[in-house]
Amino acid sequence: MAQSPAHGSDHHDHHAAGHHDPQDLKLLGFWIFLVTDVIMFSTLFATFIVLRGGTDGGPTGAELLEINGIIISTFLLLTSSFTSGVAVLAMHQHKIKQMIIWLVITGLLGAGFLYLEIHEFLHLIGEGATLQTSAFWSSFFVLVGTHGVHVTVGLFWMISIIIQIVRRGLTDDTKGKVTVFSLYWHFLDAVWIFLLSIVYLMEVM
Amino acid sequence: MLDNIKEFASEFFVTGDPLIYGADVSIVLATLGIVFVLTYFKKWGWLWRDWLTTVDHKKIGIMYILAAIVMLFRGGVDAVMMRTQLAFPDLNFLEADHYNQIFTTHGVVMIFFMAMPLMFGLFNIVVPLQIGARDVAFPFLNSLSFWLFFAGAMLFNLSFVIGGSPDAGWLAYPPLSGSQFNPGVGQNFYIWGIQISGIGSLASGINFLVTILKMRAPGMTMMKMPMFTWSVFAASTTIIFAFPILTITLLLLFMDRFFGAHFFTLDGGGNPMMYINLIWMWGHPEVYIVVLPAFGVFSETVATFARKRLFGYASMVFAMVIISIISFFTWAHHFFTMGSGANVNAFFAVTTMIIAIPTGVKIFNWLFTMYKGRITFPTPMMWTIAFIPAFVVGGMTGVMLSVAPADFQFHNSYFLIAHFHQVLIGGVVFGYFAGLYYWWPKMFGFKLNEYLGKWAFWLWNIGFYVCFMPQYLVGLDGMTRRISVFSDPDWQGLNVTSTIGAYIMGLAFLFQVAQIGYSIFRHEKDTTGDIWDARTLEFSIPSPAPEYNFAVIPQVHSRDEWWEEKERRARGEKPWQQGKIEPIHMPKNSAIGPIMGGFWFLAGFGLVFHWLWLAIPGLLGVFVCMFARSFSAHKAEYYIPVEEIERTEAKLRGGAV
Repeated sequence: MAQSPAHGSDHHDHHAAGHHDPQDLKLLGFWIFLVTDVIMFSTLFATFIVLRGGTDGGPTGAELLEINGIIISTFLLLTSSFTSGVAVLAMHQHKIKQMIIWLVITGLLGAGFLYLEIHEFLHLIGEGATLQTSAFWSSFFVLVGTHGVHVTVGLFWMISIIIQIVRRGLTDDTKGKVTVFSLYWHFLDAVWIFLLSIVYLMEVM
Repeated sequence: MLDNIKEFASEFFVTGDPLIYGADVSIVLATLGIVFVLTYFKKWGWLWRDWLTTVDHKKIGIMYILAAIVMLFRGGVDAVMMRTQLAFPDLNFLEADHYNQIFTTHGVVMIFFMAMPLMFGLFNIVVPLQIGARDVAFPFLNSLSFWLFFAGAMLFNLSFVIGGSPDAGWLAYPPLSGSQFNPGVGQNFYIWGIQISGIGSLASGINFLVTILKMRAPGMTMMKMPMFTWSVFAASTTIIFAFPILTITLLLLFMDRFFGAHFFTLDGGGNPMMYINLIWMWGHPEVYIVVLPAFGVFSETVATFARKRLFGYASMVFAMVIISIISFFTWAHHFFTMGSGANVNAFFAVTTMIIAIPTGVKIFNWLFTMYKGRITFPTPMMWTIAFIPAFVVGGMTGVMLSVAPADFQFHNSYFLIAHFHQVLIGGVVFGYFAGLYYWWPKMFGFKLNEYLGKWAFWLWNIGFYVCFMPQYLVGLDGMTRRISVFSDPDWQGLNVTSTIGAYIMGLAFLFQVAQIGYSIFRHEKDTTGDIWDARTLEFSIPSPAPEYNFAVIPQVHSRDEWWEEKERRARGEKPWQQGKIEPIHMPKNSAIGPIMGGFWFLAGFGLVFHWLWLAIPGLLGVFVCMFARSFSAHKAEYYIPVEEIERTEAKLRGGAV
């Protein structure tokens, strides 16, 4: 059987039938999706940086942003990234119960993060800083809010994955979902680090 | 009560213009006609099962192309109306604000709803067949992309009978497109029509990139890929980096208009120039996104009809990759007059000039491919040859525009209009036409009538030059774009000439419609699947291809694998080793694609009119569809048994392999 030496015979037989590992495709597809998400956040960061001086005589970030709450948020989100990693480890050891517990903890930490974010937004609105106040606050709310929307979507997504695992157990398909979800969750963590430094620390320090 | 309804209707529907009443009547009649025909021939089930819910890349491709042809008609009617107004400005065929709407929708429709779907149509039909795959990487996502495009296109097109069309130009620069100067719903249609279809484009970019990276037939290394597939690779990569910028830019404009944010407003610290930078960071790569696949088409047709290998394969690949990278560093040449200073302008002038070099390399490669070839001239090849002078002239005027100091003179004049129409029609449209004629037999199993095709070709080309050459002159003479009247009598003659050219192109389009109509009834059948004696894998299987494409996935050894295989057979060697036929794993149809598209449409419509009672259920519907898909995806597969494949193959190939 003539085949190019570049392909191992296993790979070739698998490939020759024209069937590709769907998890393999999904994982690559999801990485590329994350690239597009990086570009979206980059655009928002660029907009924030360009418009950060545009406070229009209204309140500035340094005046209203409180770093203490943000440190707690950061701690919650970073920990949730760690626990989602532990969940993936448990999944690889086929410990389904442990995995679900760790996922639930991840979700609770994420929900705590969201609670603090909503609390912060309400506080800012109470102080008179809204989407309509100035270009600075418009770009602040949309940038931070887009991250928050991502976290919210992630929570619902995780609940749906847990339900599917409870129903169908750990299959290649559900395992792939957990893997992709944890990628997404780590990604949100990385975005948050940039938010913390560029929006909060640079504004307040 | 009745008065309330009357008042609502007079705001909701566009009223007062006889042209629009005419359009209303024709839309209602066409819809009733379609409903009647489908009901009379009992075709609703067939339409739903075989087409609307399909996840087959070939059928999705055909739906994209059909929609694109309809949109070409709509955009073309816009163009002809504008030219009519400009030939006789005193007749006031179009009022000034109607004219503003028409030039806006002409641009939007032609780029987003004609060029993009025609491009995705060709991607869908060709790429899996060309790389020896059974489908794209994510067939359901592919269907979803189509329905997002379709929902966006319908939403946008609705604007001219309901609510009013956008009128702030095809890129909707603020502050003109902001709520202060544009309080109506037109710009909302603009935002959501493009946003929804843009998300579909982004998903398609991901889909084709994964398909090309992961699903090539064994032995087909990246440097053995057919050139069209390379062009899709380059275009998809560019989509992935460019379209997210569009998504965010439109989101921010929406925030300004809907929530009163201050991103691009004149007050509140906002900065309209930020929008113009952002939109062109997407917009400039976008023109390369649509032209790269046209380059891919020419690379296929020129090799096939010159009966030669493509000249300079590696340099072609290199040129395409370089073009897609540099395309991200030229955006500011669209507004040299912004006042960003000599250094910034110099940088963008130089990058713009540099991008002409790889493009020039490609032109020479096509010419050298033809050199000493045994060239034949069927319609796909005629479009290829016509492209070269058109694109060279359009490219040269582009380099003229890139000279920043000179651009202060050319900026927003008809010189610019002539330039970009010359590259977009001469490059993109000619390229996609060449591709349509070239792969038409692969899609439908018959060839389009060559006689009518040649009439269409010559009328298009004559009309094209008659229309746009005078625009260079009138532009140099000082006529700016986006004006519906002018007072300089010297411009009259050139404008009338240009309008005559536009009508000739309109006639050419009618010839193409007639060509398709005639060919459906009387045509030459493609019995071999290789009607052009071509070089790449898609021509090794029957036309139209069976739903699984390849009964056995081929083993690839060289770039022009199918051509080499034919040579081997001519030398009397054994045909391709045919592996054993195995059951083929296929994705099932899914209704979630069209349903989710429908929810997006409702959500978009609600947001356009600030009707949260419609927008919120619409968005909820979108999320419910996503979860429904997540819960059911693992059941959406089946196998085609071996006997059925053998039966199909025997029927399609007339018993012989």
